[in-house]
Amino acid sequence: MSMIKVISANRAIAEAVKMCKPEVVPVFPITPQTTISEYLAQFVADGDLRAEYIMVESEHSSISAAVGASGAGVRTFTATSSQGLALMHEILFVAAGMRTPIVMGNANRALSAPLSIWNDQQDSISERDTGWMQFFAENAQEALDFVIQAYKISEDHEVLLPSMVCVDGFILTHTVEPVDIPSQEDVDKFLPPYEPISYLDPKDPMSLGTFTDPDYYMEARHDMEVAMEGAKDIIRRVNKEFEEVFGRKYDLVEKYKTEDAEIILIAMGSICGTIKTVIDRLREKGEKVGLLKVISYRPFPQEDIYEAVKGARRIAVLDKNISFGIGGVLFNEIKAKMDVDASGFILGLGGREVSPDDIIGIVEKTRNPTTETNQINWIGLKEEE
Amino acid sequence: MDIPEKEFLAPGHRACAGCGATIGVRLALKMLGENTVAVSATGCLEVITTPYPETSWKIPWIHVAFENAGAVASGVERALKAQGKDDVTVVAFAGDGGTADIGLQSLSGAMERGHNLIYICYDNEAYMNTGVQRSGATPYGASTTTSPHGKESFGENKPKKNIPMIMAAHGVPYVATASISYPEDFMKKVQKAKEIEGPAYIHLHQPCTTGWGYDPSKTIELGRLAVETGSWLLYEIEEGEFKITYRPLERKPVNVYLEAQKRFKHLADEEKEKIQNYVDQVCAELKI
Repeated sequence: MSMIKVISANRAIAEAVKMCKPEVVPVFPITPQTTISEYLAQFVADGDLRAEYIMVESEHSSISAAVGASGAGVRTFTATSSQGLALMHEILFVAAGMRTPIVMGNANRALSAPLSIWNDQQDSISERDTGWMQFFAENAQEALDFVIQAYKISEDHEVLLPSMVCVDGFILTHTVEPVDIPSQEDVDKFLPPYEPISYLDPKDPMSLGTFTDPDYYMEARHDMEVAMEGAKDIIRRVNKEFEEVFGRKYDLVEKYKTEDAEIILIAMGSICGTIKTVIDRLREKGEKVGLLKVISYRPFPQEDIYEAVKGARRIAVLDKNISFGIGGVLFNEIKAKMDVDASGFILGLGGREVSPDDIIGIVEKTRNPTTETNQINWIGLKEEE
Repeated sequence: MDIPEKEFLAPGHRACAGCGATIGVRLALKMLGENTVAVSATGCLEVITTPYPETSWKIPWIHVAFENAGAVASGVERALKAQGKDDVTVVAFAGDGGTADIGLQSLSGAMERGHNLIYICYDNEAYMNTGVQRSGATPYGASTTTSPHGKESFGENKPKKNIPMIMAAHGVPYVATASISYPEDFMKKVQKAKEIEGPAYIHLHQPCTTGWGYDPSKTIELGRLAVETGSWLLYEIEEGEFKITYRPLERKPVNVYLEAQKRFKHLADEEKEKIQNYVDQVCAELKI
């Protein structure tokens, strides 16, 4: 029997991890991820999670230990945020390149400098080319559901790429809401035990993480590209299997009132909750506005996005990140991959509040673009005095 | 001493003729046996033994990066434990750069957490894989490409960082120094490290023909000269008990060691004297 509990996204992630039964969990504290590490430590202390919990001395070591453990053939979990994710950067490439299906929780937080502990999505967006899949949750329920699915997707022998489940710092990590926690029985039914292909076994010795010359490197990278593209179908299949067991339906993207929409906003993460509320209000006034929520940022569901937005008159892409000189990363990827008339909006950096009025303003600017608003717009920026 | 005949590091790897690192690994693996998983830091050893699709390792082996052998070994050890494979030995091999410099934090964490693993630093006293740059383990007076001698420089101007003692300060059950030129002493230490529950650290001195500048046939001889002159000491610290494991009958002057290598060739008498005085002082304290 599943159970409704009022919990934070961090607690939801920890609950999901507990039911997925990783055998090695190396973690290091960082705001706003820390409570995930704490919940897991308590689960282990109480005997509710039979895992080797390693309190490492840095995030660089937490991801390194996770790669070592995964290489030795077990399911692993780690979690981090912001500076910690940036410290992992080098090993994120290795984890993906060695095809270790690690699942990691990332509490999205701004990167220093200036130092900020508050939310934006610059941290994981900046790791987009590492070969990790990235799934952005809108709420605590999705955080829990995405962790459980991430294991099944990552561990699929056609994929074997690590996954990051991204939750907006504080907005989700420290806010409680009702979450349907599935039964262990259902999770066991959905998620089979991990079966590694190649791992460190004295009975069948293999060398993992070898050195390559130019004759082999490119093929290894190409294999990863094929796996990442192929992951889209695996995700769709896993989404279906998940729905069959748990009744909640997911896809690479979520379409919210897009069908007849003239203006479509594209966004990721918790902001989608605010946008949906605004859309409902605008719809009451007869305005045809919709939301396309990108759940799977990597693999990038360009076909799904295009299919959903191609009928709209204009598109707004909301980015909680900035690639200096070129604008929001999601905006630029959408512009690069499809022929749509879109405006880009930079907002919410370092925890800057995004209000329903800001969203209404974005809809207005998108509906009536000027030369100025047609490109990159900063929302909520203080006027210079 | 019975030395197992079975080999776990296959020949044909890409090491230089006279490589000291591979001698050390070969001897260590003989003692550790087939029920072992090895972890390597990036460095000479990793590059020369695993040019894909070939490998010299007859036991399971993993490499992740330069600075994290301690952390990777920690993860491997816990994963084996989780699977009930407590009988498998985990050994990490890293060079002096990967140990004393870039990998020190990861190593410190692994030692402090008490993982049941053996960490062997193969110390050739500089970054040899990238072409002889100084590391924290480069000895005083050595000329390297980043501590070159010149009109205003006599080469490396800092003494060698004392990693074995830093490891001992972690309070781990076993710390030892060794040299590839004293194989029985080294192999006994590996055996002890294997038997001890908890972290064990062995700092293995190994001459490097290209980095030190000597004829490849002289590797073992150079290693001996280091110990015979008191430039490198062989000891172990077992549960906090310090013990010298080899005492030269008569300590040779440091000069014979220095003059056998290109990296010290430039040294003026004044610097050589400083080195001799330093060695004398350390050896006097230890009654060598």
